[in-house]
Amino acid sequence: MSALVGSANRHHTLVVLVENKAGVLARVAGLFARRGFNIYSLAVAPTDDERFSRLTVVVDVESAPLEQITKQLFKLINVVKITELDQAESVERELMLMTVRADAGRRSEVIELVNVFGGKIVDVGHEALTITLAGKPRNLDDFEELMRAFGIVELQRTGRVALPQLDRRAPAQIRKVS
Amino acid sequence: MRLTGAQALIKSLEMEGVEVMFGLPGGAILPAYDPIIDSPIRHILVRHEQGAGHMAEGYAHATGRPGVALVTSGPAATNIVTPLCDAYMDSVPMVAITGQVPSTAIGTDAFQECDTVGITRSVTKHNELVMDAQDIPRIIREAFHIATTGRPGPVLVDLPKDVLQATMEWHEWPPAIDLPGYKPNTKGHPRMIKEAAKLIAESRRPVIYAGGGILKARAAEALRQLAEMTGIPVVTTLMARGAFPDRHELCLGMPGMHGNYTAVTSMQKADLLIALGSRFDDRVTGKVGGFAPEAKIIHVDIDPAELGKVRRPDVPIVGDCRQVIEELVKAVAALDEGAQPDRSAWMAQIRQWQKDFPLQYDRPSPDQADGPLKPQYVLECLRDSTPDDCILASGVGQHQMWASQYWQFDHPYTWINSGGLGTMGFSVPAAIGAKVGRPDRMVWAVDGDGCFQMTAQELVTASAERIPIKVAILNNAYLGMVRQWQEMFYDERYSEVYLSPDLPDYVKWSEAMGCVAFRVEHPDEVQATIDKANEVDDRPVVIEFRTDSSEKVFPMVPAGLSNDDIVVGPTPGREVRQ
Repeated sequence: MSALVGSANRHHTLVVLVENKAGVLARVAGLFARRGFNIYSLAVAPTDDERFSRLTVVVDVESAPLEQITKQLFKLINVVKITELDQAESVERELMLMTVRADAGRRSEVIELVNVFGGKIVDVGHEALTITLAGKPRNLDDFEELMRAFGIVELQRTGRVALPQLDRRAPAQIRKVS
Repeated sequence: MRLTGAQALIKSLEMEGVEVMFGLPGGAILPAYDPIIDSPIRHILVRHEQGAGHMAEGYAHATGRPGVALVTSGPAATNIVTPLCDAYMDSVPMVAITGQVPSTAIGTDAFQECDTVGITRSVTKHNELVMDAQDIPRIIREAFHIATTGRPGPVLVDLPKDVLQATMEWHEWPPAIDLPGYKPNTKGHPRMIKEAAKLIAESRRPVIYAGGGILKARAAEALRQLAEMTGIPVVTTLMARGAFPDRHELCLGMPGMHGNYTAVTSMQKADLLIALGSRFDDRVTGKVGGFAPEAKIIHVDIDPAELGKVRRPDVPIVGDCRQVIEELVKAVAALDEGAQPDRSAWMAQIRQWQKDFPLQYDRPSPDQADGPLKPQYVLECLRDSTPDDCILASGVGQHQMWASQYWQFDHPYTWINSGGLGTMGFSVPAAIGAKVGRPDRMVWAVDGDGCFQMTAQELVTASAERIPIKVAILNNAYLGMVRQWQEMFYDERYSEVYLSPDLPDYVKWSEAMGCVAFRVEHPDEVQATIDKANEVDDRPVVIEFRTDSSEKVFPMVPAGLSNDDIVVGPTPGREVRQ
């Protein structure tokens, strides 16, 4: 995973409200594959309304113009609404689980950095620690970079989820795609 | 009322007004075939499921109503993938119903199991696996709604055997559709329509670029009004042949890779293209960067994703072609009382191109009555010996291009072909479907020898069901279009394109399938044989025309080149490069 997650402007975040039905994720993923669009990250979960799920998908706009991606997505019968979130005008969070090498000699150094970033140690072994960190995707990138020096054993990130910022100007800044 | 899932399925099809379906039974779909015995819906038993799919398409093309195909699971479902993809590419309204292994067996690699919804997801507008018999009426209703509204297309409904066998309670036909994510926008934006009228009034060299959407939206009459009130000439794409009458003085015919010189060049030189239900297909545009470089674009389509997909329009209008054109006619009339600039120089230029570069081939002179048979000559004779409203279905390849070039389409829904997918073998089953939908019309299929061998077995269906279609095989003993490319672009190195003129024996084969069959080898036999074929009306009839295999389709814009590089004819001296 590139250290530039979230910083490259070719990545755009789409929040896609879909009907909560069997096979919908396959439809979305299949559409991206068939049309040659790249998914950078994808997170799916039910919403407060059980009829719908929300997909937060970060798309790589290098592969196709964003407009064509959203228009093709919206042609899927089960896609109800698509909102493009401008990164500057939205709240984005991502969760990371990481196992990092940390023997007795370097453990305190790692713990110190975890505390600086507001992470938590969730598992401790003789040679390694497992850390969880939730935050802005960019902070996760920075943390990941720092941990490389110690030796990352395993890493999992959820992909980002996002909601529009509650700004006074918020309604105008959210580009309703459809 | 208690019904089985199968009974609910057939009743739902009846409620949708289905009068005919094309299908072939098998294990998983067996329960659905029992209530068919008691249903007024006509079922046509095909010989291969691909035939069922193309018949459903042909029926839909000819009637505007959704075609229905009913087949079983596994290999039957995979056999219908080609027609589904064909219908998807050409926006043909179609509902395919497939059997599936019992829901308890799904995922176990059961006999004749395949992941039908998975396989067909990318070639259908929508598909649905039904897991509860109670859902059948709703899902069938939604399937027909989705297939026929917005940009039409194929919808597949997959029905596990146990769902067909289960009982359900039939309450009432679902009164309303509830699809929160599906609301096609049919009404064009009024401001955009005004903008379009303004652009039209400013343009000196406009061309209307009419596509298949005109036919899907039943907008041929509206198109004629727009063209006549503005005096703007019209090109009709391969999918739109007949959407504007060829005999009309404003009709320029087909553009594209094998379009005529005037249609191609008028678009190249235009200052405004009014794209109506067309999609800037690569076979029309040639090299996109070199396509119509000076033209502003008005683009009307019901599918928002088509606007800007290939070429960014100056005025994009999402909406149903008929509604938008009708509004556009009003907007044009309202602007300066419909005044249009003087375009006489443009029209004079167009007339000059038409005069200088007509379609041409070596017509047989009377003293060559037993010379080689030109396919274009066959088509001209056929055209002149059939009624105006005769429906012509075509396969894919050289014969398709010649048919589109040399036929005269004066009525909408008289030309049925596979444009987007280019499915060889389309014509025979499509013609059967068309004849079933329009028994009052004469239906000819024009086919190549390569195409014919792919789906000819459906002539057995036509004979058994007494569907009297007529087939003209242009037998040049080659996969002709491939041969043409090998001749022109591969230094005449012919690789795997020879088929033989007499293997199979097309006359014997057709007769074995219950058809009347003739063979024609020379120009002087053409007319009399067509006349004989036209008199047969109780069974299918096939004429095999042994045509000149060296004949090529011209004009041609070689693949990857700009439309300015159009090659008009085969003789080097006649080639025109600008």
